[in-house]
Amino acid sequence: MTADLATAPPADGHLSQQEFRQPKTGWKTTRLYAGLTLIVIWGLAPFYWMIVTGLRDVGFTFDTTPWPTHVTLDNFRTAFSTDRGNHFGQALVNSVIIGVVTTAVAMLVGVFAAYALARLHFPGKYLVLGFILGASMFPGVALVSPLFQLFSSINWLNGYNYQALIIPDISFALPLTVYTLTAFFAEMPWELEESARMDGCTPGQAFRRIMLPLAAPGLFTTAILAFISSWNEFLLASQFASAKTQPVTVAIANFSGAQPHQEPYTAVMAAGTIVTVPLIIMVLFFQRAIVSGLTAGSVKG
Amino acid sequence: MSTTIADSTTSGRAQGTPPSRRRKGGLEAGQPRQAFWLVLPTLLLLTVVIVYPLVKAIIMSFQKDSGLDPASGLFVEGGSAGLSNYKHWLLQQCNVAGGGTIPCPAGSLGSQFYDALWVTLFFTVATVVIEIVLGLWFATIMNRTFRGRGLVRAAILIPWAIPTAVTAKLWLFIFAFDGIANHLLGFVGINPLLWTGDAWPARFAVIIADVWKTTPFMALLILAGLQIISADVYEAAAIDGASKWQTFRRITLPMIKVPLMVAVLFRTLDVLRIFDLPWILTQGGGGNGHATSTLSILVINQIRTGFNSASALSTIVFLIIAFAAFLFIKFGGADVVQRPPTVSKPGGRRPFWRRSTTPADPSTDVAADVPATVGK
Repeated sequence: MTADLATAPPADGHLSQQEFRQPKTGWKTTRLYAGLTLIVIWGLAPFYWMIVTGLRDVGFTFDTTPWPTHVTLDNFRTAFSTDRGNHFGQALVNSVIIGVVTTAVAMLVGVFAAYALARLHFPGKYLVLGFILGASMFPGVALVSPLFQLFSSINWLNGYNYQALIIPDISFALPLTVYTLTAFFAEMPWELEESARMDGCTPGQAFRRIMLPLAAPGLFTTAILAFISSWNEFLLASQFASAKTQPVTVAIANFSGAQPHQEPYTAVMAAGTIVTVPLIIMVLFFQRAIVSGLTAGSVKG
Repeated sequence: MSTTIADSTTSGRAQGTPPSRRRKGGLEAGQPRQAFWLVLPTLLLLTVVIVYPLVKAIIMSFQKDSGLDPASGLFVEGGSAGLSNYKHWLLQQCNVAGGGTIPCPAGSLGSQFYDALWVTLFFTVATVVIEIVLGLWFATIMNRTFRGRGLVRAAILIPWAIPTAVTAKLWLFIFAFDGIANHLLGFVGINPLLWTGDAWPARFAVIIADVWKTTPFMALLILAGLQIISADVYEAAAIDGASKWQTFRRITLPMIKVPLMVAVLFRTLDVLRIFDLPWILTQGGGGNGHATSTLSILVINQIRTGFNSASALSTIVFLIIAFAAFLFIKFGGADVVQRPPTVSKPGGRRPFWRRSTTPADPSTDVAADVPATVGK
């Protein structure tokens, strides 16, 4: 029926509007693929330039040949070298520690709240949701001066005090976790849990065998989003990290070169490539899940 | 026409409503107490990491900064400051050695408040407007059927995934005097710019880098909105002889209004607190020395000279952001938390201009309206 209607010419002869469910014309296809090419270039070109520069000999930093020239791995060695006071390798370890602990805490605590918000009825639910949303909009900079004073008085701003970075990170990772999970949980077919009970499962079995496998993709996606958000955090880390605990974002921002006031571009691009590659791999493997996590809840349906 | 669309949305939502909403009465007994224990850990943790620092910052903002007076070199005791920290920023009053105040001298941090406020607002308006336009365009392209959907989606996620600190260093290199940006400008006969040195090029460098990084988020949220519009609606519009612009204005825009406004809300609040990008790209400098100093950068600079006046400034930043969020949710249609059905009567309490396009929907479950954001 719809096909018939779509092909029937409209009364006032707007033939150009007859695009639906018809084979694409050559011109339209060309325009579509031109637009898609532009989007791909948008996403990849600056990133490509970072990799190309990271592979270029330091003497040819400002070479503008669009493909790799004077290829060397020296910059990657320089990035990890500690001769100039950079501790990039340590910073990578720190970022993993901070990211994993922050994500684990946010997930362990947030999963219960999200379950309650998605499934249970209780007074004050909207107040709680509003509070969590407000927390997600909270400016990190407002945490800095009170926490800086507190942490310096209890001597957390030097040595291996990872908690001085993890605790402030919870302030954005936990709200993110709770509302992403709430959106995922709300869309799950919870009737299946009851059906499983009817079929003789214990509550534990119904949860383990039926609901947990269904919830796994949502839990996993949320964990990835929380991890990326804390891996990429800079403002709080730049204030609360010591030389021992600084994460990669701070290490890259403060990367020093052979001479003061001279930016070691090629080494920084190599370091940037190393920091970004794990994220790119996640994006390649889990793009569908990440997109659904990012947009979860903003759209009904 | 709009009624038809509205009706189809309503029924679509009703079908998507989880069964928990329909269950009432006996089965819900005991739920409030269970929910209390489930929600408690999250609330306690957020109280520790957000409410406590916020309250402490407010208390600190009414205290004097103790330390050496930069003018007299004498040690000044702390103590209650009344509103002087707020007057310092908002009325540009700087303390002098003997007591009393003078207008803050040029070059002092105190005198930078309104510059920082305007540049932050300028960044916010410029980036969000550009992102809406580009995001709509990208989303429309990606909404068509084509081969290689996965490749395009992965490509557009890359700017989003790269840490902002790395993005800033990458664009610092691109905008270097001998860098690729000036090289490409050379092809069209434009002389090299001091991208991170002069005031306006530095501001545009920040805007370009931010737009590059965050347009994907906007595009993906808009795309998710576009994908729930049924093709039948467009067919009907085509049969009625609607023009391309009419179709966009009367169908697409109202249908994607909620996801679009949610994306705009979160992006606006993100840019209002922008720090990493201008800090690493230009150190807040450019032009006369602070052309790209945003409010957050000013707070961080101020912390080195006094916690308490920094706390007053960060409290002002918090209030500005809270006010922006309030405006969006109240007037902008960013329905991030829908009121419980019992409170919002259909059509009631809504401004008249929103009634026809977004009908109050009593069956909408709140959880479906919780938006997600990207990390920083």
